[in-house]
Amino acid sequence: MSELARTPLYDLHVELGARMVPFAGWEMPVQYAPGVMKEHLHTRAEAGLFDVSHMGQVILRGPGAAEALEALVPADIVGLRDGRQRYALLTDETGGILDDLMVANRGDHLFLVVNAANAAADIAHLRADTPPDIEVEVLDRALIALQGPAAEEALDALAPGAAAMRFMDVATLNWDGTEIWVSRSGYTGEDGFEISVEPARAEALARALLAHENVAPVGLGARDSLRLEAGLCLHGHDISTATTPVDAALTWAIQKVRRPGGARAGGYPGADAIERQLAEGAVMTRVGLRPEGRSPMREGVELFDAEDGTAAVGRITSGGFGPTLQAPVAMGYVETRLAQPGTRLWGELRGRRLPVAIAPLPFVPATFKR
Amino acid sequence: MRKYTEDHEWLDLDGDTVTVGITKHAATQLGDIVFVELPEAGREVSAGEEVVVIESVKAASDITAPLDGEIVEVNEAIADEPGKVNEDPAGAGWFFKLKIADAAALDDFMDEAAYKDFAD
Repeated sequence: MSELARTPLYDLHVELGARMVPFAGWEMPVQYAPGVMKEHLHTRAEAGLFDVSHMGQVILRGPGAAEALEALVPADIVGLRDGRQRYALLTDETGGILDDLMVANRGDHLFLVVNAANAAADIAHLRADTPPDIEVEVLDRALIALQGPAAEEALDALAPGAAAMRFMDVATLNWDGTEIWVSRSGYTGEDGFEISVEPARAEALARALLAHENVAPVGLGARDSLRLEAGLCLHGHDISTATTPVDAALTWAIQKVRRPGGARAGGYPGADAIERQLAEGAVMTRVGLRPEGRSPMREGVELFDAEDGTAAVGRITSGGFGPTLQAPVAMGYVETRLAQPGTRLWGELRGRRLPVAIAPLPFVPATFKR
Repeated sequence: MRKYTEDHEWLDLDGDTVTVGITKHAATQLGDIVFVELPEAGREVSAGEEVVVIESVKAASDITAPLDGEIVEVNEAIADEPGKVNEDPAGAGWFFKLKIADAAALDDFMDEAAYKDFAD
């Protein structure tokens, strides 16, 4: 365990009774005493506090930083206004997804939040494939997510101004004399915030938030079930270099201005392949799946279009039990001809074929404050 | 006297029938149990054979038969309400009853003190 990194909140997790597990090179809380189910439901009903300090935080600065990033992602970065944030995908030459990330325009720089497991590769990519006058600064800051209906009240009480933010706004707020970088976003489908704070102040901020009667600590276990119910992708599972943004039904992350006919169309890795798919459609498509029985269908379960079908028509990439729905939920890829909600397929589980229906995503409606 | 296996099952012998459940330690490790698939009563099983599938919020796992025997009864209540296993693993959350040929075979399993050492 000695080579695992620890976040500034490690001691607090241990004090709070977390079960710590290795995750992407970090020692992280998978759950606290209440367990995944209660933590998940608490987040939907009140507010959960998540340590996501393992994620990479990077600043991109310099003349033409937005244009430089547009050479690596198919999103509209140049048109991203000061104080706003957007979801983006780093693509490779085949149109595959190297990582998904959040990009914020913080005035004189872009602020990126990338997945922990891909942070080193993303940073190397940004350094190698942006012009030399673009500075890529890797930050040593904690990141705390506060998610759920009580998040607004809890954060605004500590850092006035939070309540005035809308979904995907970013702002610099003052908490107790410390500058915090706040975005109104998250990975749960709930209204909420992600808060970047200097490491030395992270524990005090977490304690201050946890002192609110509606805020409880939530581990990575519930973070995963929350994002699954919200229909959000997990890189390395639901998206990867083997899937394009079109396969993954993430074309909404390619704004019009970057599509054929747009003012800044193409110009990112894999644009040819992705534009072809935009025109012709994808062979396989990411969909939501609702197993009809009570047994969860997890990653790797193969899907068939008949109970006695011989060739698989798809595969589950994330699956488990949805505590909000009190039923199993999953995501996966199926042949596009079968991707209509309501289509019935069969998942092979422990040697048996069990029915599973294509379902619209998200499973639980988002409650963002738009 | 209650016995324990290295798979974190508890065994209660009554005559020639053993009631099988999982320990509190195992239930805690598994987390919230959301699905239990029980075997059919009347099934002949061998020691080590997978007889119950448990799905928690986190992962799937299974329970094996501790000894050769015949499944004579299963706890349908936990199929309807899997959360009972977390609530009362050592009692109402039992899984199945196994009729065994040789009650003396139970002597090979751990007693409570030995299990406590094992689980820690």
